[in-house]
Amino acid sequence: MRLDTDPYLQHYADRVGGLSASAIRALFAVASRPEIVSFAGGMPDTSALDFDAVTEVVASVLADDGPTALQYGIGQGRPELRERLIDVMAHEGVPGHPDDLVVTVGGQQGLELTAKCFVNPGDIVLAEGPTYVGGLGALTSHRADVRHVPMDADGMQVEVLADRLDELARDGRRPKFVYTIPNHQNPAGVSLSIPRRHRLVELAEQHDLVILEDNPYGLIDFAGETRVSLRELAPERVVYVSTMSKTFAPGVRTGWIAAPAPIRDKLVLLREAADLCPAHFTQMVVERWLETQPWQAQIERFRATYQHRAEVMLEALGAHMPPDVTWNAPGGGLFVWVSVGDGIDTADLLAKAVQHRVAYVPGDGFYADGSGHGHLRLNFSYPPPERIREGIERLATLITDERELARAVYGDRVPAAGDLDGGRPSGSDATTSRSRATGRPDMPPVVAREASS
Amino acid sequence: MSPDTAVAEALHVAVLNGGSSLEREVSLASGSRVTTALESRGHRVTRLDVDAGLITHLDDLDVDVAFLALHGSTGEDGTIQSLLDLVGIPHTGPNGLSSALAWDKPVAQGLHRRAGLVVADHVVLSQAAFRDLGAAAAVTRVGDLLGFPLVVKPAAGGSSLGLTIVADQAHLPPAIMGAFSYNDRVLIEQFVVGAEVAVTVVDGQTLPPVEITPRDGQYDFAARYTPGATEFHAPSRLSDAANAAAEDAARRACEALGAHHIARVDMILAGGETPTILEVNTGPGLTATSLVPLAAQAAGLSFADLCHRLVELALRRAGRDESRV
Repeated sequence: MRLDTDPYLQHYADRVGGLSASAIRALFAVASRPEIVSFAGGMPDTSALDFDAVTEVVASVLADDGPTALQYGIGQGRPELRERLIDVMAHEGVPGHPDDLVVTVGGQQGLELTAKCFVNPGDIVLAEGPTYVGGLGALTSHRADVRHVPMDADGMQVEVLADRLDELARDGRRPKFVYTIPNHQNPAGVSLSIPRRHRLVELAEQHDLVILEDNPYGLIDFAGETRVSLRELAPERVVYVSTMSKTFAPGVRTGWIAAPAPIRDKLVLLREAADLCPAHFTQMVVERWLETQPWQAQIERFRATYQHRAEVMLEALGAHMPPDVTWNAPGGGLFVWVSVGDGIDTADLLAKAVQHRVAYVPGDGFYADGSGHGHLRLNFSYPPPERIREGIERLATLITDERELARAVYGDRVPAAGDLDGGRPSGSDATTSRSRATGRPDMPPVVAREASS
Repeated sequence: MSPDTAVAEALHVAVLNGGSSLEREVSLASGSRVTTALESRGHRVTRLDVDAGLITHLDDLDVDVAFLALHGSTGEDGTIQSLLDLVGIPHTGPNGLSSALAWDKPVAQGLHRRAGLVVADHVVLSQAAFRDLGAAAAVTRVGDLLGFPLVVKPAAGGSSLGLTIVADQAHLPPAIMGAFSYNDRVLIEQFVVGAEVAVTVVDGQTLPPVEITPRDGQYDFAARYTPGATEFHAPSRLSDAANAAAEDAARRACEALGAHHIARVDMILAGGETPTILEVNTGPGLTATSLVPLAAQAAGLSFADLCHRLVELALRRAGRDESRV
């Protein structure tokens, strides 16, 4: 007899076909165990919040406006909250009007709605390489053809972008949009330089492009510096997404989109189809937090906490990592992007890392094309400093040992970092596995290790 | 109290799952199903995510029996079985020694060969062989000896983690590196062409052989745990003789390791030939997409009855004090 483990298989939409169980996700289930130092998540340190203040805010919302707070709201989000979110944007110098905004369930919903709004299966989207794994998830769930533009210390290499756009134009194609995280990019930790922002906008004009500007970390700059937004440079071309997850708390699931009016209207309709409206209760909590509490001071507190943790991580990396491991020295955000050098595949190494009680995110998760195997992402915002030191020491021991093992196994033919991309066959296509290797130049170490020590 | 009457009563069963093994997630899925199944049979079930407090917990709970829904190291390698024997808590599945023998794939394959069973020709290489003895200089001989394609896998562990099918020499060293992430030794086997079949043996009796046909070709992690990603037939679509040969080989493979109560024997069946044993799993997966529950379904045995039967067997062994046998 034939035994079906999924009797609904014939009923699914085409886009569901690519959704499958993954060994890496299974390993992350182990990484959440308390004995493991996990640099894998992207979690803010919510314990740095003033919980007396949070409690007061929540209680007052219920006491003053309970029935309203627990009622449905409108699809665009509460007008009062949108006014307050304009204050948050203004704090960073980003212009906006409450009417431009759509409140979303975290920034992630903003990315997903934008993908849903623009992407047909097979449409090209250009994105930084590496880029945010959740952004890739939103894009690939709509079957976008994501193509990467390499980065360096100044962010996306816009002249490479210009070449790619020209190539596509010659083929009569145009990407649906360019996805960028211009400030303290996840995972690379770099920011797009000001001249490149101007150039990017110029290219968008020239090729009639939409830009998806994803800005979760702009206010988490260790020096308190802010940079001109793409939205300010080209408000009619930019769909801007931000979130309260890093400046307040991810648990309230409050983000927003600022978009030109025609796009905004489509996004509101799409969101109403998805979930009717954002949670009224948490909208009111965020609104009251911004109205009544010193939220700017809270952001300063997050910044100071993360800056200290980043310093601890960089110091530990400098003290323990073998010589040819490199990383960037982030000026903000939550992440350090590490290049582990030749002969090590970070996706393979994760299993060993978990057994040595430390976890990270392998670099290939941040690429849609199978590259990134020579990199890994470390989060410094969540583990406390002593755990950071402990975890980096474990990781450094592991990488040092893996390096020795690679030399022993490969002999004098240790593959260069990029050669492992798409490397080992993971499916039935053992004979064609190497064809996934693109030879595309991988992102170079953004800042030499010396710069970080 | 005689063991056979004990099971007529409601028991306090600890379902052990989770832990720090690399197969934690799979184990939690198994544990969830087993818990529901045993509760449906009227047992009182306490589900425990195993950690350093396990033995104290078990002492405090005063359980009658421990159901092992653990996969991967410590749960499947004999560690927990020996520990439970020490503290006198009956447990499901094979005993500590059999678990340890099955867990070590090269040792198990050696025992199978000695018992007259067919196993794939293979080579075992340890990290020490590379680090201390210059094995890299001999790696090309593996292909010369066994021929391509080759199957490279960690010498211990389940769920196809760290397993790679290698088509040529250039891909062999990275595959070895990948497998080393899971274990200190790699087992490199000749790739045997044929139908992949899993035979479950419960208390010496075989369930119908399950034929595994992954839609994407290889029975890897995604094919194992994504519902619908693999097509199963039980009994296999091969001849009656081939199915009978598979069942016979499975019984003998378990016997060679002394693996009683439950084990799943994975093998390759090529038309008209003797089955080639791949491995014996003493802590087989019990998730919704796992092979043992599918085999039970094909045999008309409900999952709850299967779980209940394993509890019965655990108590019977405890009653006879055969835990060290």
